[in-house]
Amino acid sequence: MRNLFPILTVVAAIFALWYAGSVVLNAPWAYDKAERAGVELTTKELIADTMSQKKPKLPPPHQVGAEIWKTTGAMVAKGRAFSKRSLIYHSWITLSATLLGFALGTGFGIILSVGIVYNRSMDMSVMPWVIASQTIPILAIAPMIIVVLNAVGISGLLPKAVISMYLSFFPVVVGMVKGLRSPDHMQVDQMKTWNASRAQEFWKLRLPSSMPFLFPSLKVAMAASLVGAIVGELPTGAVAGLGARLLGGSYYGQTIQIWSALITAAVLAAALVGIIGMIQKVVLKRMGMA
Amino acid sequence: MNDTVISAKNLSLTFQTNDGPVHALKDVDLEINKGDFVSFIGPSGCGKTTFLRCMADLEQPTAGDITVNGVSPKAAREARAYGYVFQHAGLYPWRTIDGNIRLPLEIMGVDKAEQDAAVQEVLELVHLEGFEKKYPWQLSGGMQQRASIARALAFHADILLMDEPFGALDEIVRDHLNEQLLDLWARTNKTIGFVTHSIPEAVYLSTKIVVMSPRPGRITDVIESTLPKERPLDIRDSPEFIEIAHRVRDGLRAGHGDD
Repeated sequence: MRNLFPILTVVAAIFALWYAGSVVLNAPWAYDKAERAGVELTTKELIADTMSQKKPKLPPPHQVGAEIWKTTGAMVAKGRAFSKRSLIYHSWITLSATLLGFALGTGFGIILSVGIVYNRSMDMSVMPWVIASQTIPILAIAPMIIVVLNAVGISGLLPKAVISMYLSFFPVVVGMVKGLRSPDHMQVDQMKTWNASRAQEFWKLRLPSSMPFLFPSLKVAMAASLVGAIVGELPTGAVAGLGARLLGGSYYGQTIQIWSALITAAVLAAALVGIIGMIQKVVLKRMGMA
Repeated sequence: MNDTVISAKNLSLTFQTNDGPVHALKDVDLEINKGDFVSFIGPSGCGKTTFLRCMADLEQPTAGDITVNGVSPKAAREARAYGYVFQHAGLYPWRTIDGNIRLPLEIMGVDKAEQDAAVQEVLELVHLEGFEKKYPWQLSGGMQQRASIARALAFHADILLMDEPFGALDEIVRDHLNEQLLDLWARTNKTIGFVTHSIPEAVYLSTKIVVMSPRPGRITDVIESTLPKERPLDIRDSPEFIEIAHRVRDGLRAGHGDD
């Protein structure tokens, strides 16, 4: 309960700022309308108008909340949870690409890190490329990936997952290289005194030792995967997914739709990272490393 | 009776560093016989740990010869001829005491029933019966080090190499473990190489005390202990003990003469 108070304070502050921002940013349009209609606005009328515009510059929280409810809970109540107008449907489209990309990225990242730790020439050569890969703006390379994969007949889920993977393997490589190298000299020497093979050293010492490094990497990778999946949806013509909602919203100036997609994406990311955090807690506690 | 287990002749090891070569060991000669308890004592940098690591094939000498059980240290290591105990217990936190002791046996491909028997046997040797299901963090430092000794004993190597195994423990625990180690040595008849900083520890435990000095790392004295094999803790107040300790101290001082 003691933790609740500071959290609520911060949330309240964010809402206050958000409402204040809405009033300030939406006021010019309200004045504009009033001037054309030839009426004077009282402060009360002004604020009421900024809270209820159709295409506000900054939609206030309750408008975004109402939009989210309309496209999730209300659709579930009508039994149309997976209709194309439902955010649940769009979230699922994005989530599936996120999870596939995360799995691919984690797998690829772990394989690369094992190569870097065990192979001297990979150790010398791979890391600069890994870092270079992340300096290219994902917005620039995402359409290329989609176009190239489309040309070889791959479309739909996989190209988006590949973009997710492209973003998510990086933290896993960095974390796992550090983790696999975390056993100290003594532990490695000890393995040598038992004449352990490299495979035994990996499975019995290096891999378990790397777990405290793996989970923080996975959290970053999961968030990056979601960003990747959303970015991957932008150049596909905005058919489905949270990215499509963002793009569709910006085509038609539907700021409320954009914000509700943004908030949904943020909640999704928080939930996914939270799940990893819970797994981390359980695993590390059982391994005596928490 | 006195078969040589470890033999070093003109053994030298030079590390190349940015400040020029460091002579960790220079022309070291030593024979260790079966059943000996040999302590290596000397100040930091005298090469005592390096010497032990050469026996274990963890360092490669740059000159001279060393054999373990009549073969090269590498062949001896591959034949799992020795157990090595480090200064820190180095138990894996994700394994129970049982799992930790079993670890080398798993690596060596010993079958399950034999593993079970070996774990019970060595737990009994180090007086940790009943702790097999505990995790390392549930044990005191002294108990952890005993578990690590048990692990080194688990695969029945005839040689036990110990690198300051009790260095991080307090005096009382240390006395207790020294007593237990002597008991263990008497029961198993292992050959033990033991690196230490402590004169009383070296004198109390050893049949042979190797005094070393630094720059270059070399042996300045080898003292054959005249103490009986049966050694209660209060033997440390006997004139004989004090005399041997005195000789060790003299040896250490002589090695420092040029400082």
